[in-house]
Amino acid sequence: MKALLAALAALLLAGTALADDRKSGFEFMSPATQALQRDDTLNPAWLWLKDGEQRFAGSCARCHTTASMRGVATRYPAFDNTLKRPLSLSERINTCQTRHAGQPALAPESEALLGLEMFVANASRGMPIAPPADPRLAPFRERGRQLYFQRFGQLDFSCAQCHDQHAGGRLAGSVIPQGHATGYPIYRLEWQGVGSLQRRLRNCMSGVRAEPFGYGAPEFIALELYLMQRAAGLALETPAVRP
Amino acid sequence: MARALVFAPKTARRGEVIEIRALIAHAMETGHRPDSEGRVIPRDILRRLECRYDGELVFAADLHPAIAANPLVAFHTVATSSGTISLTWTGDNGFAQTESVALTVT
Repeated sequence: MKALLAALAALLLAGTALADDRKSGFEFMSPATQALQRDDTLNPAWLWLKDGEQRFAGSCARCHTTASMRGVATRYPAFDNTLKRPLSLSERINTCQTRHAGQPALAPESEALLGLEMFVANASRGMPIAPPADPRLAPFRERGRQLYFQRFGQLDFSCAQCHDQHAGGRLAGSVIPQGHATGYPIYRLEWQGVGSLQRRLRNCMSGVRAEPFGYGAPEFIALELYLMQRAAGLALETPAVRP
Repeated sequence: MARALVFAPKTARRGEVIEIRALIAHAMETGHRPDSEGRVIPRDILRRLECRYDGELVFAADLHPAIAANPLVAFHTVATSSGTISLTWTGDNGFAQTESVALTVT
């Protein structure tokens, strides 16, 4: 009986291990690119991160402390009570700019916004992604899930066809990762610069020859919500380097 | 953006070999790429990096168009005496930037 129970427990354990074979995009990179991310003195994203740190110390530090930013990025996108919709981390930073700091909103993909977002996300580096259980987010997250499985563009591909069914395979010379958004904003070697998750999603969309959604489109926020749910528990690695 | 980051040890023993890493934000535009209108984007690259240790040139590198944006250069030198390590990047369109770090030798 005891042996049977032990065998059952072992099976269950194996089952849970099998159920979670999720891997960060880091695992799919070449050792050279991994080395670039692993060592902060090699990672070019630190040029942006240091800039974000200075900007944060400039205006954000009037209300926030660096210590209070710890864990914040693991919870975004989160529901905003005033706008009655979910906000991504960069949108949250921008609403702070306009609502509290009385400054004009920063442009999407601007150095200033990417730097701030990177600084805030870096404060949660190593922490598990923890999407909030807020029931108001559920319909948006469900919309994101639909988009993830919806076919797009002339090539008629959904996110799931590459990143679920063919993860680990190759698209031409590049390895297809599982598509977990664990390190945004990232320094992408192809861009020779830093970009947001939405920029990456726009790349994927034009890759399948679909017309990409605009920056800040509700579809992207919904997708972001679903992706963070999908990556829940994986460690945040901002600033990540990707090929 | 922080324009340049220099990583070097703050202290070293006399005679110790130290590594210096210099990272700078620069587009390194090759001069061979067309823009969306088909016009060639003029070249804009860094041409040279010089490292001076208390005024003495200890390392220099010539940079060329095939080098990626935001170039990282890492090299070694021997810690001889306490002083300033200063790095100067120069490039097209009159680009010039200098960053310095202090080194204490014991």
